[in-house]
Amino acid sequence: MIDWVMVLLTLIKLILILGVVLTMAAYLVLAERKILARMQLRYGPNRVGPFGLLQPLADVIKLLTKEDFVPTGADKWLFMLAPGLAAVTAILSFAVVPFAPALTIFGREVPMVVCDLNVGVLYFLGLSSLAVYGVALGGWASNSKYSLLGGIRGLAQLISYELSMGLSIVPVVLHARSFSLTEIVHAQETVPFLITNPIAFFIFMVSVAAESRRVPFDLPEAENEIVAGFHTEYSGMRFGLFFVGEYINMIILGSVTTVFFLGGWHGPLLPPIVWFMLKVLAVAFFFIWMRGTLPRLRYDQLMHFGWKFLIPLALVNVLVTGAVLLALR
Amino acid sequence: MPLLRDLKGTVQPFWVTLRNMFRKPVTIQYPEEKRQPPPRYRARIILTRDPDGGERCVACYLCSAACPVDCISMQSAEQPNGRRYATWFRINFARCIYCGLCAEACPTWAIQMSPDYEFSKYASIDMVYEKEDLLVDHGGKDSEYNYYRHAGIGVVNPRGGNEDEYGPVDIKTNMP
Ligand code: SF4
Ligand code: SF4
Repeated sequence: MIDWVMVLLTLIKLILILGVVLTMAAYLVLAERKILARMQLRYGPNRVGPFGLLQPLADVIKLLTKEDFVPTGADKWLFMLAPGLAAVTAILSFAVVPFAPALTIFGREVPMVVCDLNVGVLYFLGLSSLAVYGVALGGWASNSKYSLLGGIRGLAQLISYELSMGLSIVPVVLHARSFSLTEIVHAQETVPFLITNPIAFFIFMVSVAAESRRVPFDLPEAENEIVAGFHTEYSGMRFGLFFVGEYINMIILGSVTTVFFLGGWHGPLLPPIVWFMLKVLAVAFFFIWMRGTLPRLRYDQLMHFGWKFLIPLALVNVLVTGAVLLALR
Repeated sequence: MPLLRDLKGTVQPFWVTLRNMFRKPVTIQYPEEKRQPPPRYRARIILTRDPDGGERCVACYLCSAACPVDCISMQSAEQPNGRRYATWFRINFARCIYCGLCAEACPTWAIQMSPDYEFSKYASIDMVYEKEDLLVDHGGKDSEYNYYRHAGIGVVNPRGGNEDEYGPVDIKTNMP
């Protein structure tokens, strides 16, 4: 028998998450522009509404009313599909992110996660690998050399950093003895994994920055080398989808960083959901801060850093953590 | 040690950007706040008048010849007393690159650059300024300069027949 209440609750959670995430993504764009501007001694957008707060709205209207352009010779269907892929894979990851402890409503235990998969970590890794299809297909279908170069760069970069990211989560899973994100958060009730395993945290942060294709790893869209990389040919709402996908990606990566290393919703005094939000925003701020600070890596530097430094370090880290955990048992 | 240097080079910029975040932006919020351009700023071109209120321009075409983008055109003419002037004088500001070469070429200080930079238009035809639009009623940067007030008038009247002019000197009177 279908548990209708459960279905209804899940639907409500879905709508809530979608609404919150999309609003957050929109305002993250504004926040990024403002913070970057302040770091460069500018004001940033401050004309539309008070403090420029209506800027996201204006941007959406602009993007929606722009011409939807498909270049000649482009693979039409893939071209139109790719931005959607980029955004959808990012949103789907939220299904497994627990943002608060289970609530009890009307004597019924309601977990604050859409779906507490017991292989949540793998689900997240799988989706983040799928996300590269948005970049690769978009770059390939555009029938433009710049897009193609961007797409290839994106593919190579994601494959390289996927490995170190996966390896950096292994110690976390070893600690928590579970693939479920809720269990991982529970395991950090007293000490977050950031303290117990800072090296894994470092590797994860770097890989995550590379995953989200942001400065200093924004080679797929390096403006001053290959125009705009994989989204050179995109305009209007399709470009908007790529754009929003990037920021949703930033939120999801912030969320999983919070879940894996920052202790999820655990924190003193404030309610759990507030802690969760604060931590996600802190990670997002760190990404913005990094963008305002570091210059873009060269392509060979990126590959060297990934394959010759991060992956060996991650492997050693897995071995050491495993050995220590075994010894402590 | 290169590793240490690299680490420092990676971490230190974070501190710099963070510190910058709490400094006051240097932006000038344009329509509300305006900056005073320096006096020699090169923006809209003006045609100035001499201290007596007459037009300085003698329609010598030097500015139009100096202009690298050929945006000055005029038609010269002579007043009955022989003084040259421009019947019409036109600058197409949509082409002007504000290089100031016209002002440098001008022997009479007639054409000058002014610091008025706020003159954008919706239609580029509105950027074509005629003599009436260019003329101002002051002397610009050198209001005393009046050397060319009588330029050319000696051609019409006999030597010495113009105001402010001496008659020809009999050089024999200089002999001992
Ligand atoms: S400023 Fe330069 S471009 Fe403009 S009218 Fe004078 S000479 Fe021509
Ligand atoms: S503005 Fe000056 S340079 Fe140009 S025609 Fe007149 S006198 Fe000659």
